[in-house]
Amino acid sequence: MNAIEFILAGMLAAATPFLLAALGEMVVERAGVLNLGVEGLMALGAVIAFITVYHGGGHILGFLAAGAASALLSLVFAFVALGFRANQVATGLAIGILGQGLSALFGKSYESLTIKGLPKLAVPGLSEIPIVGGLFVQDMVVWLSLAATLAIWATFALTRVGLVLRAVGENPKAAHAIGYPVIAVRVAAIAFGGMMAGFAGAYAAAVYTPLWADGMIAGRGWIAIALVVFGTWLAGRIFLGACLFGAVSLMSLAAQATGLDLPSQLLSSLPYLVTIIVLGIISADRRLLKLNGVASLGEPFER
Amino acid sequence: MTRSLLDLFPSLVRRDRASLTATLIAPPIALAVAILLNLLLSVAIDRDPATVLHAMLLEPFLSWASFSEVLLKTGPLLLIAQGLAIGFRARVFNIGAEGQFVLGAIFASAIPVWFPQATGGWIWPSMLLLGAVGGALWASIAAFWRVRLNANEILVSLMLSLVAIQFLYFLLLGPWKDPNGFNFPQSVLFQYDAMVPTLIPGTRVNVSLLLAFAASLAAWVFMQKSFMGYTLQVGGMAPRAARYAGFSEGRAIWLSLLIGGFAAGLAGAAEVAGPLGQLQRSIPTGYGYAAIIVAYLGALHPLGIIVSSLVMAVIYIGGDNAMVSANLPIAVVRVFQGVLLLSYLIAVSFVRYRLAWPTATRNPT
Repeated sequence: MNAIEFILAGMLAAATPFLLAALGEMVVERAGVLNLGVEGLMALGAVIAFITVYHGGGHILGFLAAGAASALLSLVFAFVALGFRANQVATGLAIGILGQGLSALFGKSYESLTIKGLPKLAVPGLSEIPIVGGLFVQDMVVWLSLAATLAIWATFALTRVGLVLRAVGENPKAAHAIGYPVIAVRVAAIAFGGMMAGFAGAYAAAVYTPLWADGMIAGRGWIAIALVVFGTWLAGRIFLGACLFGAVSLMSLAAQATGLDLPSQLLSSLPYLVTIIVLGIISADRRLLKLNGVASLGEPFER
Repeated sequence: MTRSLLDLFPSLVRRDRASLTATLIAPPIALAVAILLNLLLSVAIDRDPATVLHAMLLEPFLSWASFSEVLLKTGPLLLIAQGLAIGFRARVFNIGAEGQFVLGAIFASAIPVWFPQATGGWIWPSMLLLGAVGGALWASIAAFWRVRLNANEILVSLMLSLVAIQFLYFLLLGPWKDPNGFNFPQSVLFQYDAMVPTLIPGTRVNVSLLLAFAASLAAWVFMQKSFMGYTLQVGGMAPRAARYAGFSEGRAIWLSLLIGGFAAGLAGAAEVAGPLGQLQRSIPTGYGYAAIIVAYLGALHPLGIIVSSLVMAVIYIGGDNAMVSANLPIAVVRVFQGVLLLSYLIAVSFVRYRLAWPTATRNPT
């Protein structure tokens, strides 16, 4: 298996934690709320899923528990940031610290234990194609994440729900004036984002690398937030961005396998460096951000 | 308009003017709530709350040895938080102080690592200066990205922290590893002249604590008395007014990030040239993130931050104590920090708002 085949086969799985968390954060930001606690929400989801699977609860229950726990923590964010109109940046950071703390606390006695991941399902026919065949051999969650990407795209492109979310994010006063419950919509979006971050963490800890280590999320929650900007708040572009980061995180493994003589620390920081560079390139196009950005992002709503 | 479920709850009503009382009592109330929740958590994980309370909040004050450790931790927290608070008031969110701290430690270490034989009184001051410059340089990347490329400084400064830690590991496992260090990821032990002089004999508290207090004074003068500090505050509170007045947003961003990076770098330098005495893998201990909480808890005011940095230092030392005497996992300190900031953010909203209780006479119109 050469490096290209290796990256193609593993890219989607590596991309899934980024994708799930970024899609969730996109919905939150579309509703006009900036939740910077994704890293902590993922860490909490990760530990809850790991513990559930470790004690024989199975992956379905593990994902559900992780989604519920992170959604619950994100509701704490909603309580403080919306209920008390607190600074959303500070509230998000606090949720991040709290989530990582809870994750370390719950995971303490599970350090370096392992569980079983999920089997890969191959698409008959397509998976036989040389070189790109690996793309079509993925576990169930990857397939479901692709479906979620489509569903979220469709929600914003085709449905009334998507329209209401965007109205609430663009101009909450106007949305309120025509009778939409701004706060309720935002709370729902935050809970959805929390659940998705929980799923993302669950995938990272219970499927992608089914081994518990404190701090295993390793900045992926922050990259997911950056991905929302890269994707200019559009599901399709966020998917492409997530694939890019999936490929980048695999490249370090591929580089080591081919015996490329680069310091491992440089390869480990590659995803962060790529984030910084891409963020610079995308943001420099101010028109692009203005066109797709959310007008009232991060501003508290007051009747 | 229909009545919604929200009408059953009290609502926040904007006060005519900000409440000074609320400003002053918000931090202690938040602290009390966080302590209470922390004790509940201790009970939940089957630890004796009285032992935890004693270890966390009393023991740090009970002996001079342990209080001096509190002072030792206060130094870096105070320095970093003062720098960050200036940026936060200008709404420039540098959350990468952790990385700037690490770069400060690395830059400062360059002198003793490259010149281990050098002697003279110039060494430790140059290390502190070099460290501060290193921190400011690291932060300047985020400033450039924000001002020239319009990139969000929160994300860039955080990513830079993650890169900084990898860079530290690279140095310690590669070029800067102590050849006689039994392969441990650490640099050579620094020579005597590379160490900041002790301030209080018999303790590890060194002169950098004085620097932290001097920085607090400087921050106070800068923010409350200087025109430049005034333009930063206006930019944070009323960006449009600042623009009409011709205050440059770019300059505010550069200034905020450079000051924050300079202070964090200085703190990092003081850490290697102080209690550690060498560059180690354990340099990034979360001061950069804790200082964000310290800055907010001190109401982003130089005087408040002096108090809140002491409180945070007590929590750190108390957490260490509780780990030993009550077998409390150290992760509890992070949970505590998160809860503390959340409680504070709730408490501080009463500075600008008051609660209005729903009354029976209030009819939907």
